[in-house]
Parts: sequence; C-alpha cells; structure tokens
Amino acid sequence: MSGDATTASAAAPEKPPRRPMSLQLKVGLAITGTMVLLGLLAPWIAPHPWDTISMRTRFLAPNATYWLGTDEYGRDVLSRLLMGARLSIAMGVAATVVSLAIGVPMGLAAGYFRGWTDEVLMRLADILMAVPPIMLGLLVLAVTPPALWKTALAVGFVYIPLIARIARSVTLTLANEEFIQAAKARAESNWYILFREILPNAWPPLLVEASLRVTYAILLGSALSFLGLGAQPPSSDWGLMISEARSFIDRAPWIALAPGIAMCVLVIGINLLGDGARERLDPRLKARIGKR
Amino acid sequence: MTAYVVRRLLFVVLVLVAVSMLVFGITALLPANVAYLILGPFAPPEQVRALELKLGLTDPIWQQYLRWASGFLTGDLGESTLMNRPIGPLLAEAIGRSLMLTGASFVLIAVIGVGLGIVAALRHGRPLDHGVSVGTYLGIAVPEFFWAIVVIMVFAAWLGWLPASGYESPSAGLWIWAQHLIAPTITLVFGHLAHVSRLTRSSMIEVLQSPYVTAARAKGLPERVIVLHHALRNALLPTITVLALDFGRLMGGIVVVETIFAYPGLGRLIVFSIQNRDLPTLQASILVVAAIYALANLMADLLYARFNPKIRFGRNVG
Repeated sequence: MSGDATTASAAAPEKPPRRPMSLQLKVGLAITGTMVLLGLLAPWIAPHPWDTISMRTRFLAPNATYWLGTDEYGRDVLSRLLMGARLSIAMGVAATVVSLAIGVPMGLAAGYFRGWTDEVLMRLADILMAVPPIMLGLLVLAVTPPALWKTALAVGFVYIPLIARIARSVTLTLANEEFIQAAKARAESNWYILFREILPNAWPPLLVEASLRVTYAILLGSALSFLGLGAQPPSSDWGLMISEARSFIDRAPWIALAPGIAMCVLVIGINLLGDGARERLDPRLKARIGKR
Repeated sequence: MTAYVVRRLLFVVLVLVAVSMLVFGITALLPANVAYLILGPFAPPEQVRALELKLGLTDPIWQQYLRWASGFLTGDLGESTLMNRPIGPLLAEAIGRSLMLTGASFVLIAVIGVGLGIVAALRHGRPLDHGVSVGTYLGIAVPEFFWAIVVIMVFAAWLGWLPASGYESPSAGLWIWAQHLIAPTITLVFGHLAHVSRLTRSSMIEVLQSPYVTAARAKGLPERVIVLHHALRNALLPTITVLALDFGRLMGGIVVVETIFAYPGLGRLIVFSIQNRDLPTLQASILVVAAIYALANLMADLLYARFNPKIRFGRNVG
C-alpha cells in the first residue's frame, strides 16, 4: 500500500549530517510504523471476523476472548478496530495524494512563473480557503451517494490550496538559486526546470508537510464518516464506528472509546513524526512555525 | 490603511460571489431537481413538469443563478423544500442559536487560552508548562465528535449533571437554557484551546526576555505588575489575530458538535438539509457560513494590519 511509503519516506530523505534521531522522531516513527503495520496485517492478525453478526455475543465488556469487548451486533471491537486502521490510514494518505497531485503543480507554476499565473492560481486558492474545510467537504459530498473513496477525494480537494501555498513558497526560494539560473542559461524548457530541477529539491519539505496533512485528512474524513457522508455500514471506519456506538454510550462505552483512543494515538504519532522530521530537516523552520 | 481595507473588502465580496457560484453550481449537478424533491418520487411526470416551469427550472443555469443570487441580496432566500417554510426566518433562528454557542465558546477560548498561555510561559520548561502543552495538544489531536461523546459520557451518563442533548430557549428558564449550552460549549472550547494558548505562551516567553521587561525588573516592580501591565499588552498582539481566525474555525466546528448534541443551530440545519436533500436551505446556510467565515478572516487580517505597519503599505504577504 502507498500508505507506509509516503509516511516513511517523509523521514528518510533528510539524513545528510548524520545526527542522532530526536526522541520526538523516534516515538513518532514507532507509533506510526506500528499503526501502519497493524493496519496492513489486519486480515491475518485480527482475532475474530470483523463483520460476522452474532446475537449471542452482543455488548460483551472487554474480556479474555474479546479483548476490547463486542458491539451491538456482537462483533469483536478489536478486529473491527484493526480493519478500521487500514481504512483510516488509506483514506488519509489517498486524500493527501490527491491534494499533492493537484496542489504541487499549482504551487510550482505560481512560484516559478509569478505574474498573472501566480495571481490567478493563488486567488483561486484563497477562494477555496474562504470556506470552512468541513463545509466544502459537505458541499462536495451532498450531491452524491456517500462512499469512502468519495470522502477521500473530497478531503483531498479541500486541502489543495494549503499544499499549493507551501509548494509556492518553497519554489519562490528555490527559483533564485544558481542551479536554476544555470538551467535557464542552458535554455532548458520550463517543463524541465519545474519538474526536473525544482521539484526534486522541493520534495523533502513538501513530504514533511504532507505527512502532517495526513492527520488533518484523517480527522476531517472521520468527521464526515461520522456525519454519515463517508464509509457506510457495515464498514469499520473509525468515524463510523464512533457514530454507531453513540446510542450505547451509557451501556457499552468501550465501543466508542476504542476507535476514539486509537485515532488519538495515530494522529499524535503522525504529528510527532512530521514535527520531528521537519525539525531535522530545517531547525530554523521550527522556530518560525512556533511563532506563528 | 484605507486602501488596504477597501482592497480586502473587495476581496471578501469577490470570495462570496465565487462561493455562491460554487454552492449553486455543485448543487445544480444533482440528478433530481427541486420540483422532483418537492413532489416526491411518486409524482406523475406532467405534474413535475408543470412545477418545473413554474419554478423556472427549465431556464438556462445562469438565469437561475442570477435569480437566486438577486433573491439573496433582496432578502428573499426562497422556501425550504422539506419544511415548506421561508428560509429567511428559519436561518435567522438557527444563526441566533449558533451565535450563542460560538459566542460563549469564543469568550471562554480567549480567557482560558490566554490564561493558560501566561501560566505556561511563567513556568517555562517546568512540569506545569509541559502539562498545559500536552493537555491542549490532546484537544486538537482528537476529533471533536470524540470529545463530545466523552463529555456526554462524563457529565450526562455518569454524573447526571447536564442533559445529553437538545436546546431550550431562555424563556424556559435561564438555568435550563444554560444547562443545554454547557456541554457543547465545553467540547468546542477544548477542541480549539491549543492555538491561542500556544501562541500566547511563545510570544509571552519572547516578551519576558526583552530588554524593557528586564528594565522593569531592575526598577524593582512586582512581578505581577510586570506580567499583567507591561508584558501582556505586547504579547497579546499576535494572539488577537489568531482569536479572530478561531472564530471562523468555530463556524466549522459547530457542524459536528451541534449534530451530536442535537442543538438546533446552523450546523445542524446544514447536516439536516443534506440528509433530506433540502437544496435551497443547504445553499443558503452554506453561503451564510462562508460569509461569517470570510468576515472573521477579514477581521483577522485587519487587526494584523492595524498592529503591523509592514503589511499596511501594499506589500502582499500571503
């Protein structure tokens, strides 16, 4: 799956001065790695079938057979949680890939060509950013029957302007470098300069930013699923699991707590990973972002 | 400054026009049109056709858009297809309730966020500082709907102090009204505290190390006076713009929180109109939210410009 490729390589490229990894980065890597691995291996390590309904095992509190208890249909919460991990991670990564695929070329073009290209593209981004992300997602999803892949697309669409802005600012700093001037002197095509000269150098900061965006995407996607505009039953998407568990909160709190805590751990893990990678990549950046 | 304000205002207008086109355009993509939605799936085709003609749904899309947009400008928002009521009053009622919720949350975010930020800055690097960081971090690392459920679990199911959901108007008694506001407010506040407290903390730390604070200390002023009268005033400048942005973020937050707490405001109206395919209501409410959001962003920009002369003079940082 492309999931671990994106998150793992976010930490990989910034190695040159061989410093020891910060604790933040190590913990982030460990948590994210474990979650991705659990999600990938879910069908093989899940102790019970995740979607088999059994009326005799309804609402069992956590015990030796069902570690995290069972839900209102007698399904094992742990197995559903594991299957849900792959859905949440895949959704977050897919959404981020969508925003990268459109946002990065937008930002590159805006930052490199400047002038009216910049003006038009960035005002377009401003307009998209002038609507609260969840509203934009709702608007896109309101017109089609809900499905998880559509949620991923909508979430990806929502975060295009953010990625475009980051890509633009990275390009702006790169555009004045000597190797770009050298490429211009060689009369290379704009296409070549953008994608062969600028993009490879812009990747490391972009990937770090993207890994942080994955958490926004996971949170927004799960909120949309929670509202019924994402994954549909009997899917074990975490947002949907929490939504379904809502009615049984007083009788069986573990059904809602398990996916909630899992999401909390995953989001914190990815954030630590991204922040740690960012700090490693450019210590000055952290100071600047901390002030914002 | 005036030129800057005018330019920003024009941009807000442009944004709203663009958003209105987006809202109208996307919903116009729906396979079933309003006539069909009003009459239901079993209506005879000729009846649907007649209503389509009456509502002007056979006109070109740009004519429909212009009619809708000009109705909006003159205060005629159309009629909800589901509730058969004019949207205007429906929306006004929902906005009022949402503003109560977001207003209360906003004040608390400002007071608690700044307070926590100051405390963390004064205990910079000590356990209390880390505690505040971790606590506020949890608030944004976990989706609001999860906190909402935790709040219901604790305050409604276990302690039984608050109603789990719903809304009562102030006429039913002030305490009953407030009771219904508390749980959603706690959820919203917790989910948005981190931005304000972090920023206050970092700018406070910076200001406390500046020469004029050292001078004040050398003069022998009490620490309380230094912090509250000398340092805070400067440390709050960047916080103000984040607060304005947070008000915009709250408009997004109410969608989930109002749905969970069955609080009949703007957010719930939006989800409700999506679930019931009530297009005119959906279009109008999203446009209203976008307008509030855009105004909050404008406020943030203007406050920033007011306090930062570099921005005021034409340089576009963005």
